Amino acid sequence: MNATLQADLRDLFVEELARIAPEADYEHLDPTADLRATLEIDSFDFLNFLIALDARLGVSTPEADYGKLISLDDLVRYFSARLQ
Amino acid sequence: MIHYNMPSLGADMASGTLLEWLVKPGDRVKRGDIIAVVGTEKGDIEVEIFEEGTVDALLIPAGTEAPVGTPIAVIRGEGEPAGPPPLPAPARPVQPVQTKAEQPAPVATPAGKNGAARDTRIRISPVARKLAEELGVDLTGIVGTGPQGAISRADIEAAAARAQSRAAPVTPPPPAAPAPTEPVSPAPMPTPPSKPGPALADKSSADFQAGMRRAIALAMARANRDIPHYYLMTRIDMSRALRWLEAENLKRSIADRVLPAVLLVRAVALALTRVPELNGYWIDDRLQTSEAIHIGFAIALRQGGLVTPAIHNADMLSMDETMAALRDLIMRTRAGRLRSSELTDATITVTNLGDLGVESVFGVIYPPQVALVGFGKITEQPWAENGMLGIRPVLTATIAGDHRATDGRTGGQFLDHVTKLLSAPEKLWEPAS
Repeated sequence: MNATLQADLRDLFVEELARIAPEADYEHLDPTADLRATLEIDSFDFLNFLIALDARLGVSTPEADYGKLISLDDLVRYFSARLQ
Repeated sequence: MIHYNMPSLGADMASGTLLEWLVKPGDRVKRGDIIAVVGTEKGDIEVEIFEEGTVDALLIPAGTEAPVGTPIAVIRGEGEPAGPPPLPAPARPVQPVQTKAEQPAPVATPAGKNGAARDTRIRISPVARKLAEELGVDLTGIVGTGPQGAISRADIEAAAARAQSRAAPVTPPPPAAPAPTEPVSPAPMPTPPSKPGPALADKSSADFQAGMRRAIALAMARANRDIPHYYLMTRIDMSRALRWLEAENLKRSIADRVLPAVLLVRAVALALTRVPELNGYWIDDRLQTSEAIHIGFAIALRQGGLVTPAIHNADMLSMDETMAALRDLIMRTRAGRLRSSELTDATITVTNLGDLGVESVFGVIYPPQVALVGFGKITEQPWAENGMLGIRPVLTATIAGDHRATDGRTGGQFLDHVTKLLSAPEKLWEPAS
């Protein structure tokens, strides 16, 4: 997979997550940790996050795929696959 | 002439900082207009006016902290001529500003002379009078924020909170008691403090949290002391509701999707139309049900604490309108832009801890409300039905009821309606007819 795309995606996710949870330390965020638990993101926040990604990447995530999006690594994997 | 006073936006609020005026002298205002933004311990609140008329004068400049009940604006009623310039209110400018607040403040003028009401009797609602007796609050020191300057419950609670914070050694000295509008005896007004107060913007987040905790402490301690709670719990099979929601969301763009929490709010609103005894207040030793259903929805703040702003007329909203209303409330709560009526109007509270992975929540009622509905996380659980064992997504719904107002039977009927509504989700879609 394209390493540049993955790095770009990671930056974009962090940027959008920081809008929702500005107080978190993204330098030291474990990329395998459960994002919603770690950042205390509720279902409204998470939906808003996906709406923002839809707007920026043109990738609309079906509800059925929510279970695949647990960690930052999951997000990178899922969205880079959908974009290619 | 009507004095518009610094409103009390919660039992704990002693003072607020006028952050921004949204009207100017000469502007016409009507009921429900937002006239200013006030900084409080619960964030910045857009304060509404409940009078109709023309803004005659703004009595304190932006950036000024004023105790609850301090007149902050003068509103001229229909056809009233512009009056003489009103006396400036005792206020504490945060920054040295060249304003009327720096003019010598009146010291011994009873404020009632320039107030709307001139009789010597203290205007106070019976509820507030009773509460004042209970809390031992001296009425002479209180400026009412209710209709025609009447002293309301909130004013009493604010006064009690001020008294309490005065007693606490760790808190900084509170602002001087507000001037009485209608002093019973010709008591001299307290001298307004002239030292500049701390700007709200400079308050550290530790201060904010301490204030928030005090607010919660006051309301919850009172709830636990005064309200004999009863608790009921039921488990609800959510498979139909979730299947139906999933099918509905599949038809929609991501921005229009509806969250399960919206189903829950709809179910509560519609169940309350069937069991109205849980929707209202316990005031004056009796249940006063409310025709309007304003659901307070508990929203956690990132910096700690929580706010329960109201979804107004929740029974009249469709599913999409409820989603929009919740989204808007959550965003404005987090951004600190709630309206005063949203902070004070709720007739019942809903707390949804499902996102935290908690299975059930037994809440503390927010007085003077008489019920609190709790929802936990929807989890897959073994479920026996018609002699068969299966696995279903299960929601635990609870109600905390005020036993003075209702009995377990009422709470049970309510949970039964919620269960039926969530089992027939198509009924939740449209507003109550």
